[in-house]
Amino acid sequence: MSDIDTPQSLAAWVERVPYARFLGVAIDLAGDEMTARLPYAERLIGNPTLPALHGGVLGAFMEITAIAQLWVLQGPGARQPRPVGVTVQYLRSGRPKDTYARAQVKRMGRRIANIYVEAWQDERAAPIASLYGHFLVAPKEATGAG
Amino acid sequence: MTDHLDQLRRLVPQMMMGSPQARALKLQLVELDAARATLRVPYAPELVGDPDTGVIAGGVVTTLLDHTCGQAVQAALDAFSQIATLDLRIDYLRAAQPGLDIEAHAHCYRVTRSVAFVRASAYDREREDPVATAQAAFVLTPVGPRRSGEAA
Repeated sequence: MSDIDTPQSLAAWVERVPYARFLGVAIDLAGDEMTARLPYAERLIGNPTLPALHGGVLGAFMEITAIAQLWVLQGPGARQPRPVGVTVQYLRSGRPKDTYARAQVKRMGRRIANIYVEAWQDERAAPIASLYGHFLVAPKEATGAG
Repeated sequence: MTDHLDQLRRLVPQMMMGSPQARALKLQLVELDAARATLRVPYAPELVGDPDTGVIAGGVVTTLLDHTCGQAVQAALDAFSQIATLDLRIDYLRAAQPGLDIEAHAHCYRVTRSVAFVRASAYDREREDPVATAQAAFVLTPVGPRRSGEAA
C-alpha cells in the first residue's frame, strides 16, 4: 500500500505540506481521477485592481496538482516527485473565485514523468492556465516505507 | 525614462504592499534598474514544499520569478502598462538550501508594441549559482483611455 493512494491519505499529505496549506489546496480523489481545488482567498490575488489571481499562484497550484497526481500513480514507498522543468501558459485572467485543476500523465518513466495540467474556473472547457512539465520520480532507496 | 524609473522605485514597494500575494510571501524589492529588477522572498517555514527536507516549494520560486519578471518589464517601459504573463518557462536546477532567503533577478531584453520578453534566475547565495532559471513573455496593454472592443 502506498501512503497516499486513498482520499484520506492525499488529504493528509496536503495537510502535511506547509506550502500547500499556505495556498489552501484541497484534493478530491474519485477512483483514479483526481481533481485539485484552490478555494478563493484574498491573499491569492496578485493584481488588486483587476482583480486577478497571481500568475505565480496558478503555476504553483498546477505544480502541486502534478506532484499529487504523480504520487498517486507511483505507488508504494516513492519519494515526493520534484519538478525539473515546467512551462506555464496563461490563457485567461484568474478571477477571484475557486479554481480547479486536473493532470494527465503523458509518460511515466523510471526517473522522469511528463505531465500536463489544466486549471479552470467556471468551465472545464475554458481553461485559465495550463502547465506542461517533467518531474523527477525517483523511487525511494529500498527503505520498506509504505 | 529616468523619470519613469525614479517613479517606479518609489511605487514598487507600495505596489507590492498592495498585492495580497506579494504581501503574503513578504516579497521585498532589492534593486530596480532600467529593464532589470531584483526581488527577494524571505525563507519561511510555511513556504516549505517537502516537509522531509525543509526545502522551499517550487511554487514559491515560480511566484517570485513571475513577479520579478513583471517588475523588470515595468522597468523597461517608459510609461505604466497593464501587463499579464503569457507564458513562463522554468528550469529547476537544484534544491534551494533550507533556511536561506531566495532572490530573483530578471532582465527584460526585448519589448515590442504588445509583447515583452524576459529572462530571469533565482538563487539562494550567488547569482552565478542559480536554483532556477526562467524565460517569460508578457502582453502589454497601455494604461489610459481604452477603446471599446480593443484586444490585448
